[in-house]
Amino acid sequence: MTRKLLALSLLLSAFLLGFTSSTFAAESEEDKTSFIMHHVVDSHEWHFATFGHTHVTLPLPVIVYSGDRGLEFFMSSDFQNHETHAFGKEFAYEGYFIDDHDHLGRVDGGSFTELSITKNVVMMFIVIFIVGYVSLSAAAHYKKNGAVAPKGAAAIIEPIVIFVRDEIAHKSIGPKYKKYVPYLITLFLFIWFGNLLGLLPGAANMTGNIAVTLTLAVLTFIITNVSGNKDYWKHVFATPGVPIPMLLIIVPVEIIGLFTKPFALMVRLFVAITAGHIVILGFIALAFIFESMAIGLVSTVMVTFINIIELLVATIQAYVFTLFTAMYIGGAVAEHAHDDHH
Amino acid sequence: MDLITPGSGLIFWQLFGFLGLLFILIKFAWKPMLAALEERESSIENALKSAEQARNEMANLKADNEKLLQEARLERDTILKKAQEASVKMIEDAKNEASKVAAQQIENAKAVIETEKRAALTEVKNQVAILTLEVTEKLLRKTLSDEKAQKALVDEFVKDIKLN
Repeated sequence: MTRKLLALSLLLSAFLLGFTSSTFAAESEEDKTSFIMHHVVDSHEWHFATFGHTHVTLPLPVIVYSGDRGLEFFMSSDFQNHETHAFGKEFAYEGYFIDDHDHLGRVDGGSFTELSITKNVVMMFIVIFIVGYVSLSAAAHYKKNGAVAPKGAAAIIEPIVIFVRDEIAHKSIGPKYKKYVPYLITLFLFIWFGNLLGLLPGAANMTGNIAVTLTLAVLTFIITNVSGNKDYWKHVFATPGVPIPMLLIIVPVEIIGLFTKPFALMVRLFVAITAGHIVILGFIALAFIFESMAIGLVSTVMVTFINIIELLVATIQAYVFTLFTAMYIGGAVAEHAHDDHH
Repeated sequence: MDLITPGSGLIFWQLFGFLGLLFILIKFAWKPMLAALEERESSIENALKSAEQARNEMANLKADNEKLLQEARLERDTILKKAQEASVKMIEDAKNEASKVAAQQIENAKAVIETEKRAALTEVKNQVAILTLEVTEKLLRKTLSDEKAQKALVDEFVKDIKLN
């Protein structure tokens, strides 16, 4: 097991080094590390590698909705210099441009909503496709063979399903857990596969994107508060056992608490995954900054080590997000005894 | 793009994609899968329960067998005991009978012997009388062959008669 993990991490590191070889040519120190932020944030195109002056990129659709112009479709390559593949205000197309920080802008300054299929959207659909495919193949096993011992995809998915059902949902939510198991399994698989696939070289940092974690946290927030029973709301607006003057302080705190819980979920996943990517890329950047083979060797060893940790973090973060979601739902559906003092 | 500003496109597509995934997986993956798991768990539980039941039945059966065996053993012992007693009694009876018969026979034999003895004694007495007579006759003949002896005898007889 350890040997396999090591081999996998080494392979990933080697790929990462290969893909970042363009930075060898960079002049200033800022250029040598700019690829880190470039990797971590979302992008309008999927950049795989640069060999000399040849950029290996996948142009992605840019979709814009504006009140006055309606829905419009472009490709990210429309906004690029065809020679250098650079974005910039000067390469405007049909009234829109992508600036050198990869922001979409409108030449006349009007308002618009962007619905582009960015790198992370593509990554997300890949993750959704893989999760969906694996889960449906697992389900097909039961449809075909009935309730027998798992095999193939079912052997991978079943332990996760049972773990989420018994260890996360049942323990954290209590007797009404069954309704929430499908959401929790989907959540776990989506985050886990997203985290793992994000570690692949050339892949996007999807689960380390604040928009992704925000959406998941909002879904958890909605499910928690929609499930909230009388006791839950009573606890928020008329906390039992608290004198009325104190409620003036307690109620705002409780209301803020409703929002801080999903906010913590959002930030935790975003920070954990993004930080991991930054650390790995930072170690790789060391080799380019010092322009030394010895440092390169050391940083490769370190990157391998961090990659192993990241495989662990990927799983832990998926578990933690799912567990906290289950605990918040559990808090919302719990039946308190009426003489219960808080 | 920015690190901590959520992109509207990503949120839109994620809501669309994730909810779509959630919907499809709930309908086509998790419901059948969780149902199958529950079915399997309950069937395993049932199997375990029936195994337990079978084990209990087996134990009961074994206990019953043991009891039956015990009873059979007891019965055998009783029968054996009875048989032994019967045989002892029979031997005893036979012995008694035999000794009775033997005593009877001895009795009979004794009587016969007594009779025979008496007969023999009578015979012997007769013989002795005959022999005595013969001897006396011979003796008398020899003694009274001369005159003197006959005279003496007669004297003696006469003497005796006088006394009488």
